[in-house]
Amino acid sequence: MSELENSGYKGRALRLLRDADCQVGDIIRITSRGKTYEGILIPRGELGDATNIIIKMKSGYNIGIGASEGVNVEKVGVGTKPTFASSPLPKQNSALPHVIIMSTGGTIASRVDYRTGAVRSAISASDLYGVVPELSEIARVDTEIVFSIYSENLTPKNWKELAQKVAEHINQGVDGIVIAHGTDTMGYTSAALSFALQNLPVPVILVGAQRSSDRPSSDAATNLIGAVKAAGEAPFAEVGLAMHETVSDSAIVVHRGVKVRKCHTSRRDTFKSINGFPIAKVLNQKITMQNSDYKRRDTSKQLVLKPDFCEKVALVKFYPGMDPAVIDFYVNQGFKGVLLEGSGLGHVSMFCFEAIKNAIAKGVVIALASQCIWGRVNMNVYDTGRDLLSLGVVPLDDMFPETGLVKLMWALGQTSDPEEAKQLLKTNITGEFVSRTLPQEKTVYGAQ
Amino acid sequence: MTTIDYTKIGLKVGLEIHQQLNVGSKLFCSCQPELFKEEPEITFLRRLRPTQSELGQVDPAAFFEFQKGVKILYEANHKNACLVEMDEEPPHALNMDALKVVLTASLMMNMQPVDEVHIMRKTVIDGSNTTGFQRTSIIALDGWIKVGEKVIPMQAASLEEDAARKIGTEDEGKTIRYRIDRLGIPLIEVTTAPVIYSPLEAQQVALAIGRILRDTGKVMRGLGVIRQDLNVSIPNGALIEIKGVQELELISTVIEYEVQRQLGLLSVKEELHKRGITKEALKPNFVDVTDIFKESKSKVIRKAVDKNQKVLAVKLAGFAGLLGKELMPNFRVGSELSDRAKFWGRVGGIFHTDEMPNYGITPEEITAVCKAVSANEGDGVVFVADVAENTQDALKAVVDRAQEALIGVPAETRTAKDDGTTRYMRPRPGAARMYPETDIPAQTITAELIKDICANLPEPAEKKLARLMKQYTLNEKLSKQIIDSECAMLFEDIVKETGVAASTVAAFLTETVKSLKRDGIAVENISEYQIKALFTAVGLGTLAKEAAAEVFSWLTKNEDKTVQDAITTLGLKMFTETELEPIVDRIIAASKPTIEKNGKGAFGMLMGVVMKEVRGKATPELVSKILKQKL
Repeated sequence: MSELENSGYKGRALRLLRDADCQVGDIIRITSRGKTYEGILIPRGELGDATNIIIKMKSGYNIGIGASEGVNVEKVGVGTKPTFASSPLPKQNSALPHVIIMSTGGTIASRVDYRTGAVRSAISASDLYGVVPELSEIARVDTEIVFSIYSENLTPKNWKELAQKVAEHINQGVDGIVIAHGTDTMGYTSAALSFALQNLPVPVILVGAQRSSDRPSSDAATNLIGAVKAAGEAPFAEVGLAMHETVSDSAIVVHRGVKVRKCHTSRRDTFKSINGFPIAKVLNQKITMQNSDYKRRDTSKQLVLKPDFCEKVALVKFYPGMDPAVIDFYVNQGFKGVLLEGSGLGHVSMFCFEAIKNAIAKGVVIALASQCIWGRVNMNVYDTGRDLLSLGVVPLDDMFPETGLVKLMWALGQTSDPEEAKQLLKTNITGEFVSRTLPQEKTVYGAQ
Repeated sequence: MTTIDYTKIGLKVGLEIHQQLNVGSKLFCSCQPELFKEEPEITFLRRLRPTQSELGQVDPAAFFEFQKGVKILYEANHKNACLVEMDEEPPHALNMDALKVVLTASLMMNMQPVDEVHIMRKTVIDGSNTTGFQRTSIIALDGWIKVGEKVIPMQAASLEEDAARKIGTEDEGKTIRYRIDRLGIPLIEVTTAPVIYSPLEAQQVALAIGRILRDTGKVMRGLGVIRQDLNVSIPNGALIEIKGVQELELISTVIEYEVQRQLGLLSVKEELHKRGITKEALKPNFVDVTDIFKESKSKVIRKAVDKNQKVLAVKLAGFAGLLGKELMPNFRVGSELSDRAKFWGRVGGIFHTDEMPNYGITPEEITAVCKAVSANEGDGVVFVADVAENTQDALKAVVDRAQEALIGVPAETRTAKDDGTTRYMRPRPGAARMYPETDIPAQTITAELIKDICANLPEPAEKKLARLMKQYTLNEKLSKQIIDSECAMLFEDIVKETGVAASTVAAFLTETVKSLKRDGIAVENISEYQIKALFTAVGLGTLAKEAAAEVFSWLTKNEDKTVQDAITTLGLKMFTETELEPIVDRIIAASKPTIEKNGKGAFGMLMGVVMKEVRGKATPELVSKILKQKL
């Protein structure tokens, strides 16, 4: 009975179904207002009107029929449980590069039960080959499910675990790593891995999807093909993030892990390189480098793993009239670092100066990046900037706030000494600082 | 053509009527629901990937296209598509006005609304939907309408989104262009049970359903807004789904032709059996005959050969004389094969021996081709010229279709042409895979909503007829015409708003418009708004009712112009009293002798003379008034 209890039905509807001994998936007949409706019993979502019983009719349509007075429910047949049949593994071509696909969850790693619409996590190798058969012609793929977590629920502890698992695979010798990830916080993870995995011998490519893979129009397959191709063959060895370049299913671009940000809630080309250009592009199975400045693939390199992050770091966005008590709160809570998201070239109101001064005096590292996202902070132009510098605030140059936050977490994960952490913050670890910002020719979300 | 007793042969027809709804915006976003003619402002490229289901149901045609690397190029403009149609943003909430229209129509057809509407995704991967599925939902089930004395059971009413429009193919069939302006326009779909037994009856049922939909007052007008799909079957034949009959008057013809086609195919089957042809005799042995056509005079073939393409031929054992057999007007067994070749092989067409010599192909060349494929007298030969891959696919499709001729009528989806004939469209899709649209919450249909709609249901046609006759003192013929011509609501609005005599408005909207249409005037170019403006001018006396047709015709040819523009351009400005007086004076002066002779009796004659001169520019009432004063 437990299944029916968990089916989302309540009250009269649940009673009617229970009395008729119906389970989800059974074929049932509902009689209401002199009409009969026959179909498979579908579970209710958590939302919606729990007084209606949902059935899937023979035509495939779902309808909801109210369980009101005088309505009768009977069981007509026992339904079959949905099964996910996996297609057989294709032959592995030993001449192809060996790529590990690690899954953390999210849209890209989900499959749908077409009967109910329920989504489940699925990313065994055979699942993947079933969905994207072309992969067998690009690489020898092995898969590992690391987590099945929506990306908004990932924490720096997960970054650490992920970095350690990547290191294990790399130390065993692979040609590249692909990490399937929910897109919401994929930019944070790509920055975290960029700092945690240094001196990489092979590429580590994060990949996601903006349209779930049950849809014929899903971007998952194209993105995955691009990511696996880059992981297996690209000449660079960095943490990258592969997604659509435009709304068209053509080029996949690989952005540098510390320079990429999710910029649109729903478009396929949601990820953009900020203050820089993508590293590479994959088009028609060909990789072209977009940037001559990159770290080369070299299997003789010895990976350096630095996977620790301090979670006592906050991101505080400045806004007009912000109460400096917000800063005091974090200091009193024992936070070790605060990333201030300042306005313009790097400013916060003078009303906050006292709180900042106090924080720094208590050993809290205060760094500053701009909420403009695009551009570089320059705190020498206006008095406010100069005042903040003299208080000991660390400007993060052309880093946008999210990467700045991750770097601050990582720096404080490496050392508990604020001065050492500041030094790390200022050091260009993995290309997070770029001294030249070039004009971007294409408008970011213009017509394609 | 002999008359067919449709009851005797066991014809069964079911209807699916799709009609666009006019509720101001699309079903899941706020874009304008209209089509654009200009060049697209945005284009983007997509591939649709057949998702493999647990049940292994993949649309064979779409899977084939995917394997061939077919891409879809979508065209859009800013006014009629946003990120929702581009599949770059989740759908917005369901358009409640559209839901209300479907509920209204459902209740008028005695259906029972469901208590909760669930939007479904119906997998469609031919490119007509950017998502790869069509959003659709059942709103009501199980009703009936009366057509004549017969009760026709209605299966369901659905609310769904219209699809993108196919613009064409390019790149040897590897790229399909679709325009997404139409995508997302709300559609009502009404289905009948397959209980219609004659072509004429099908047309009458479609007419009755169409009338009910129009009575909601919320359906689109114009070309392409209604599409009638027919499910036609006869015993021993097959269930054929015919898509997209746009003209109501074509329905009976389409069904008649389809019955002819099926009977024709059944006789072909019999003949092939008589000739002892088996499936094994129809082999996919293709022979490259390009060399035979090296010096060909045939333009089509030469063009292909010059481009270094191939000519490929296949023998169809026992098909001599059958390829040329007519199944429908201008449609032969050869056309059946050709349609398949075009679809699966992306070729422009095929050549077959029953139509030879033709197209500049010589008897010598034909003899050589027949020899190359070892065809004898009783055999047919089909050949095709295109790039190698396409010729292979095309002839494979031809042989498949030829083999199916042994079984009789293949079940398939066909599309209707303007002349009532049908062409192959695609194989019949397997059971459509449908799963819930999880981006849109289920919509409860409350008792209050139903009560509200019931209280405001449009009046049924019979009642309306009686009311029009009584309220506007119109005769029965004119009232019936008003109802049949979809403009009852417009008629009533005009009479109420402009004060023009009901009989004038009615005659114009029915007889005048019909005769203009007959004369080739594009009456569909005129909006209801313009017609109202026309009668507003008549009501105000700034336009003579006699000149209304002229203004109407002018407006069909001058888009974006107003009634006032027409009056000015056509010189139809009405005379004012001061302008009329000198004209009347002149005519009185010229007619002095007659007036002196007849006295007041000359009034009638004078009216005639003045009106002849000022017709269309002055009302008789005004002329009469001035004339009376002057005499």
